[in-house]
Amino acid sequence: MIIEQKQHIDKILIPVLREVSDPEIPVLSILDMGVVRSAIIKNNKVEVKITPTYSGCPAMDVIGDDIKLALKEAGYEAEVQLVLSPAWTTDWITEAGRSALKKYGIAPPLEAEADKEALLGNKKIVNCTNCGSSNTKLVSQFGSTACKALFKCDDCLEPFDYFKCLK
Amino acid sequence: MENKDLVQYIYGIADNALILGQRLSELCGHGPNLETDIALTNISLDLFGQTRSYFQYAAQLLGEDKTEDDVAFLRTERQYKNVLLVEQPNTNFAYTIARQFLFDVFHLSLLENLQNSSDATLNAIAKKSIKEVSYHLRFSGDWVKRLGDGTEISKQKIQEAVNALWRYTDELFHLTEADKVAVEGRIGVDTSQLKDAYYEKVEELLQEATLTIPEEKYFQKGGKQGVHTEHMGYLLADMQYMQRAYPNMKW
Repeated sequence: MIIEQKQHIDKILIPVLREVSDPEIPVLSILDMGVVRSAIIKNNKVEVKITPTYSGCPAMDVIGDDIKLALKEAGYEAEVQLVLSPAWTTDWITEAGRSALKKYGIAPPLEAEADKEALLGNKKIVNCTNCGSSNTKLVSQFGSTACKALFKCDDCLEPFDYFKCLK
Repeated sequence: MENKDLVQYIYGIADNALILGQRLSELCGHGPNLETDIALTNISLDLFGQTRSYFQYAAQLLGEDKTEDDVAFLRTERQYKNVLLVEQPNTNFAYTIARQFLFDVFHLSLLENLQNSSDATLNAIAKKSIKEVSYHLRFSGDWVKRLGDGTEISKQKIQEAVNALWRYTDELFHLTEADKVAVEGRIGVDTSQLKDAYYEKVEELLQEATLTIPEEKYFQKGGKQGVHTEHMGYLLADMQYMQRAYPNMKW
C-alpha cells in the first residue's frame, strides 16, 4: 500500500529537491523515497525536515549536505533538520519510486505479511528484477545496506537486492 | 524530572546499544561467511544509529556545548551504564549469536514500552528503533534455532554459549535510581515488570531449538552501576583511541 504523505513542500522547491537522490540508490529521488517531511521558505531561507529510513543510515548526512548544495545552487540558504517522528515506512515510497527501484535492480517492498513469508523463505513471491521469475530464494536477510535483503534467482541465477518492508 | 537524572536514564538505555554495536563492529570483515558478516555489521550500524539519536538528546540536555561525541567517547569506564551482557566478547560465533538473542528479546520489549513514554524524544526514538530491532531478533532467533537444531558440534557450542551468558540476564531487569525516578515520571520503563515474559519467550525458543534451559541460579550484576567485567576496559581502549589521540574528531 502506498500512503499519500502529509508533506509540506513549497511547490517552487519541488523541482530542486527532485534532483537530490539517495547516494546508495542514485535513481531514486529523495521525494520519491519519502524522506522529505517538509520544506518551507521563510524569509528567503529554506527550512527542510528529513527523516531517516534506518537510524544508522549513513546516507542521511550526505543527503542533508546534498540538499543544502542543491538549494544553494538554486539561490537559497537552507537549514536541514533530522526528525524521527513519525517514523519512516516503506509505504511512503511513491509509485514512481517503486518502478525506479525495480529498473535499477532492486525488488520493491512487499506488504508486511508477504514480506515476512518471503524473508522466512516460506513463499516464493519476490520476483527477480533481471528475468521476472518468481523462482527466487533468500540468500541473506541483510544486504549491502540496512534496508535491503539479498536474493538469488534460481532461473537466471542472478543475485539481486530486495527492499525490505518497514512499517 | 531533572535533566541530570534524565541523562542518566538515557545512558542506561543507550550505552547498551553503543557497547553491543562496538562489539559487533569488531566482526566487520571477520564474520564466518559473507552473509552473516554483513548481517552483524548491519545490526551494529542500526545500534549506532539509535545510540546517536539518544546521545544527541543527552548532549542537548547536558548543555555547555557538549556533543554526541563527548558523550560517546569521553567518559570513563565507571560512567558507562550498560549491562554486563553486551560487553561480553565474541568468543566464537555461538557466543555472538547467544548474546544477541538474549539481548534482542529484552531490547524489543523495552522499546515496545518506551514508545509510550511521556518524553516525546524517547518516544520517537523507540518507535523508530522497534522496526529495526524486530529484524535483529528474527536474525538472532533464527540462528539460535539453526545452531541448536543443527549438527552435534553446533548444538554443543550454542548450548555452551547460552549457559555461559545466562548469568548476565537477570541484570536486565534491575532498576537503578535513575530508572526509578524515570518510571515515577512516566518517562521510563519499569523493566522489572518485563522479566517473566522475557524468560517465557527465551525459553520457548530455546526449546524449539532443542536446547536445554540453563539451571544456573547465580546471576552477576554491576554494569548498571558502572562496575564492569574485565572485558570492558579493553573494549573502551579500542573504542576511545581515536577521540583521545585526535581530540574533537566528529562522528
